[in-house]
Amino acid sequence: MRIMVNGAPREVAAETLAEALEALGQGGDTVATALNEEFVPAAARARTLLAPGDRVEIVAPRQGG
Amino acid sequence: MVTFYGSELPSRLMLGTAQYPSPKVLAEAFRRSGAGIATVSVRREAAGGEGGAFWDLVRELGVRLLPNTAGCHTAREAVTTARMARELFGTDWIKLEVIGHADTLQPDPWGLVEAARILSDDGFKVFPYTTEDLVLAERLIEAGCEVLMPWGAPIGTGLGLANRYGLRSLRAQFPQVPMVVDAGLGRPSQAAEAMEMGFDAVLLNTAVAKADDPAAMAEGFARAVEAGRLGYEAGAMEPRDMAAPSTPLIGKAFLA
Repeated sequence: MRIMVNGAPREVAAETLAEALEALGQGGDTVATALNEEFVPAAARARTLLAPGDRVEIVAPRQGG
Repeated sequence: MVTFYGSELPSRLMLGTAQYPSPKVLAEAFRRSGAGIATVSVRREAAGGEGGAFWDLVRELGVRLLPNTAGCHTAREAVTTARMARELFGTDWIKLEVIGHADTLQPDPWGLVEAARILSDDGFKVFPYTTEDLVLAERLIEAGCEVLMPWGAPIGTGLGLANRYGLRSLRAQFPQVPMVVDAGLGRPSQAAEAMEMGFDAVLLNTAVAKADDPAAMAEGFARAVEAGRLGYEAGAMEPRDMAAPSTPLIGKAFLA
């Protein structure tokens, strides 16, 4: 299905957020996720179902002030 | 020693991790600063991105991490960012930024209080980036904040303490609340001044990262922070307009 990943449209073969992360090559533990502007804990990704048009944000540690 | 939310910190200098010329210079600046807290952020990650490498670097610094919500303009955005940062960095400390004005990066007082309340209720230890506004400070404390971080001047300006009267008033109004002057400092003397006014710590980034020699500047700030704190604890003399001789007059030889 077609979803938005970090602001860009992506086609993923996935039913859940966890599967989408795997499909996108981001299954590691150094990312945090949000779905439609709400935080999704790592432990909840496998039971978080995706729908077409969902907005997924994937973030990682970065420099900050 | 300074204590935030029950944790004693070894240094009154807090340092950002952004804008350094290289990871090596960043690490050297932290070593010479003696800083006990490093601010960090979360940003969008592409597959195979640099997040893992940066995470390894900050862990090696051996300092406590304070993730921020930099760039957030609404309470909702800041709350979601804070929750992602808590999971990523494994800490419930959050430097809460809710920006209300694009040119000055001045906090949005309403959004800041709203986010501070939600996050405090959710177990976060909130370090709000705020102004010197007394009413806003009161509201943030009511919302659960046990530390306040008033700006010295707008982020990245290096202007120092732009509103001395406001900062003095804030310090005097809430003597028991740990306060960090965050943002706007450009020179060690400005950090010393903040410490002399009785602030508990300072937080800076650009002043060190953008110096010609970031590591040397980091040490310069570290010494200034210590000097200013000692000056505050020692209790400074009152200034006066007329001269007062420091050498005793009595016993001077009569030679005129």
